[in-house]
Amino acid sequence: MALLGRACLIIALGLAVYGAGASIYGARARKAAWIESGRRAVYALAGVTTIAFAVLIAAFIRSDFSFGVVVDHSSTTTPLFYRATAAWSSQEGSLLLWVFLLAAWSSLILWVLARKGKLREVAPYATAVLCGLAGFFLFCTIFLANPFTTLANAPLEGAGLNPLLRHPSMMVHPPALYSGYTLFTVPFAFAVGALIAGRLDASWITSTRRFALAAWFFLGVGILLGARWSYSELGWGGYWAWDPVENASLMPWLCGTAFLHSAMIQEKRGMLKVWNVSLVLATGVLAVLGTFLVRSGILDSIHAFGASTLGVPFVALIATMAAGSIGLVVWRRVSLRSEHRLDSLFSREAVFLLNNLVLVGLCFVVFWGTFFPLISEALTGDKASVGPPWFDRYTVPLALVLVLLSGIGPVIAWRKASLRGLVRNLAAPLTAGLAVPILLLALGVSGHASALIMFGCGAFALTAVGQEFWRGAGARRAMTGAAPPAALLALVRRNRRRYGGYVVHAGMAVLFIGVAASSAFANQRDARLSPGQTTKVGGYDVRYVKPTFDVAHDKRETGAIVSLGAVLDVSKNGKHVTTLDPSRGYYPSVDVAQDGPVGRFYKGESTSEVGLRAGLRRDLWTAIEPDTSRIERLADVADRKFPDATPRLSLFIAGTLAAGYAKDPPPATFRVIDSPLVTWIWLGGLIVVAGALIALWPAGLRARRTAPAGYGAQLARELGRA
Amino acid sequence: MDPSRKRKIRLVVALGAALLLAGALAYTSFSASSEAKTPSQLAGGAQPGRSYELTGKVAAGSVHHDGGALFFRVRDRSGNTSVPVRYVGAVPDPFREGREVIVDVRKQGSVFVGERDSLVTKCPSKFKAAHSS
Repeated sequence: MALLGRACLIIALGLAVYGAGASIYGARARKAAWIESGRRAVYALAGVTTIAFAVLIAAFIRSDFSFGVVVDHSSTTTPLFYRATAAWSSQEGSLLLWVFLLAAWSSLILWVLARKGKLREVAPYATAVLCGLAGFFLFCTIFLANPFTTLANAPLEGAGLNPLLRHPSMMVHPPALYSGYTLFTVPFAFAVGALIAGRLDASWITSTRRFALAAWFFLGVGILLGARWSYSELGWGGYWAWDPVENASLMPWLCGTAFLHSAMIQEKRGMLKVWNVSLVLATGVLAVLGTFLVRSGILDSIHAFGASTLGVPFVALIATMAAGSIGLVVWRRVSLRSEHRLDSLFSREAVFLLNNLVLVGLCFVVFWGTFFPLISEALTGDKASVGPPWFDRYTVPLALVLVLLSGIGPVIAWRKASLRGLVRNLAAPLTAGLAVPILLLALGVSGHASALIMFGCGAFALTAVGQEFWRGAGARRAMTGAAPPAALLALVRRNRRRYGGYVVHAGMAVLFIGVAASSAFANQRDARLSPGQTTKVGGYDVRYVKPTFDVAHDKRETGAIVSLGAVLDVSKNGKHVTTLDPSRGYYPSVDVAQDGPVGRFYKGESTSEVGLRAGLRRDLWTAIEPDTSRIERLADVADRKFPDATPRLSLFIAGTLAAGYAKDPPPATFRVIDSPLVTWIWLGGLIVVAGALIALWPAGLRARRTAPAGYGAQLARELGRA
Repeated sequence: MDPSRKRKIRLVVALGAALLLAGALAYTSFSASSEAKTPSQLAGGAQPGRSYELTGKVAAGSVHHDGGALFFRVRDRSGNTSVPVRYVGAVPDPFREGREVIVDVRKQGSVFVGERDSLVTKCPSKFKAAHSS
C-alpha cells in the first residue's frame, strides 16, 4: 500500500509539472488543446492525490505500523474516529491533506469556468499557478516529509494520537483551516492570471468570489473550532491566547474579509483595482505563511508540534510569491487605475474603504506581534516577544471601530448619502447604541470602558441590521401581501449575498459582545482544596465534595486508561446551582522500560476534561490538577517489586492506586472561572456560519432572473415608505 | 486646487499617518516585550524586577507543589545550568519534567517568579515511539 501511495505522489508531481507547463505553453502559443490538456492534468492530479490520501487514511484505520507516520501518531487503543482523523495530526499527513484539498478545489473552479466558458485568457495562467503550488507541496511530501515512509521492523504498537488532539473539534479544525488556506489560493491564482493576461476588469473577481467566500467561511469555521477546543480541552479556561499559530490563521482571514468587502466596490464602481488585487495576493501569501508557521516550528508555540526541515523551502516559496505579486502589480499599475473616484466620504464606498483600512491595520498588528521575536532578533540580536496585553492595546480599539462600521455599512447609500437619509437610517441604531451602555451603567455595570463601548457598538450594529431586515420585509409585504415570515424569506432568497452578509454582521456583533463581556467581567480563582473545603468565585461557593476515579472505563472515549477527578458542588446564597465533575485523563506512556509497567499509567500524557456548565448568561468552568506525586511514588515501589508484571497485573495495581487516591485524597488544585456571555461567542459564530451559508448558497433560477425595471423602482418606493 | 495635486497631498498625509502608526507599533512592541533568555544567561546576571522570557527544559526531579504554587527548575536545553522558578497559574497539560517550557519571569531574591498564566509547554517529543526506519 505504501508503494501505491509513493507512486501516486510521484505521478502527481509529474502531473503538476506537466499541468503548469502545458497551460503556460498553451496560453503563450494560443493552442487550446494544450490549455485543455493542462486543465485535465489538474483533474488527474485531484484523482491521484485522492487515492494517495485514501491510502494513508486506510493505513491509519487498519493500524498498519509498517508506516512510520502511523506508528508516531496512532495506536490500536486510539478510538476509531481519532484513528481515521489522525492522519492530519502529523506533518506528513497534513501536507498531503493540503495538496489533496488544493487539487480538489482547483479542479472544481476550472471545471466550473470551463463549463461556463469564462475567463478563457486568465484560466491557463491560474492553472499554472495552482499546479506550481501543488508541485511545491508534492515536492515537500516526497522529499522532505513523506507520509509513505515505511519501517524495516514494524512495531506491534504505536505511540497513539496526542491526547490533546482527542477532541472532535480538533479533528475537524485542520481540514477546515486547510480548506480555507487552499481555497484562498484560488483567487490568488486567478489574480496572478488576470495580471499576466492583462484582463483586469472585475470578471476574475466575479468568477472566483464564491471561492473567496468559501475560503473565508472555512477559515472562520476552523478558527472558531480551534477556539472552542482551547476552551473545552486545554486546562486554562480561555479561548484565544494570541498564540502564533492562532494568529497564522487569523491574518489571511482578516485580509480575506477586507477583500470580500472591497471587491464589491470594484464590481459596482470599477474602483480600488490595485487595492483588491493586492489584498487577494496578500491573502494568498498569508495562507501559505499560515501553513509555514504551523509546520516549520519557526516561532515557539504550543501548537508548533515539531520543528521540521520545511523552513527553507517555505521561505523560498513565500518570498517568490510575495516578490512576484509586487512585481506584477507594479508592472500592471497603469491598467489597474480606477474607473471612478470616490464621490463622497459619506458613502458606502468610503465606509468599506475605512473598514478595509481597519482590517488591514488589524492584520498588520497581528503580523507584527507574531513575527516580533524574529524582528527583534534581527534588529537587536536578542529574541523578545510581546504578550496578550500588547495585542489587546491595538486590537480592542480597532475591533470597536470594526463593529461600528459593520452597522453603518448596511444602511449608508452608495456614491453619496444625503443628510436626511443618514439621519433616517442611523437614528434607531444610534439610539440603541447609546441606550445600552447608559442602561448598563445605571444597573451598576462599570469599570471596563472598552467593554461598555463594545456593548454599545454591538447594539448599534444589531439594530442597524435588524432595521434593514424589517424595512426590506415590510417593503415585500407591501408589494406582495405575503405574511411577515414569507416576506422575510422571499427577501433573503432574492438577494442571498446581501442579506447573508447582514446576518454575518449580526453574528460578528453577538460574537464581539461575548468576547468583551467574558474578557472584562470574568472571575477566576485558582485554589488548592481538600474534600469538604470551599472557594468563592464571583458570588458562587464552589465546594470540593469528593474525589472520583475511573480505570479502563474511558467514558469520554478518548483512550485515557486512568482518570482522576472531583465532584464540585456549586451554590449561590446557600442555594444549589449545579454540580460539576472536572477530571484529568491519564494516557499510558509507551516507554515501559523507563517508566515501569505500573508507572507508565501515570507518567505518560495527561489532559484536562473540564467541568462546564454553559448558559446564555454565564459559564461556570472548572479544571482539576490532581496531586499524583504519592501515586507515582507508590507506582515506583510496585515497579521495583514486580518488574515483569503482566499488563493485566499492571493495570490492576494502577487501578488500586487510583482507588487509594480516592479513598485518601491529597489536596487538588482547581481552576474555577465564572465568565459571562461566553456562549454568545459560539452563538455569534454559528450566526456567522449561517450568514455565510446563505451568501454561498446558489441562487435559484427564479431569483437569478433579472428583476424587471418596475420591480426595482417599486421596491425603492416601498423601502422609502417602510 | 488641481485634482492631481490634491491626490498627492492625500497620499502623503495617508502615508505619513501610516508611518506614524507603524512607528508607534514598533516603539510599544520593543518597550512592552520580554527578552527571551536561557537559564545560563539569567543565572549570569538577571536584573531584579525586569521581565524575561525564560526558555529551557524542566529539570528532572525539580517539580513540587507548595501551597498553591508550583516550584520547578528550568535548565539549558543542552547543559546543566538551571534556575529556580516559582509559578502560580494555569499549568498546561503537557507540563512535565524534561519538557521544553517558556515562561515570563521576574527575578525576586534568588528565585524567578513566573507571571500568572504565562507558562507554555512545547509539545512532547517523548510521546513519539522510538523506531528504526
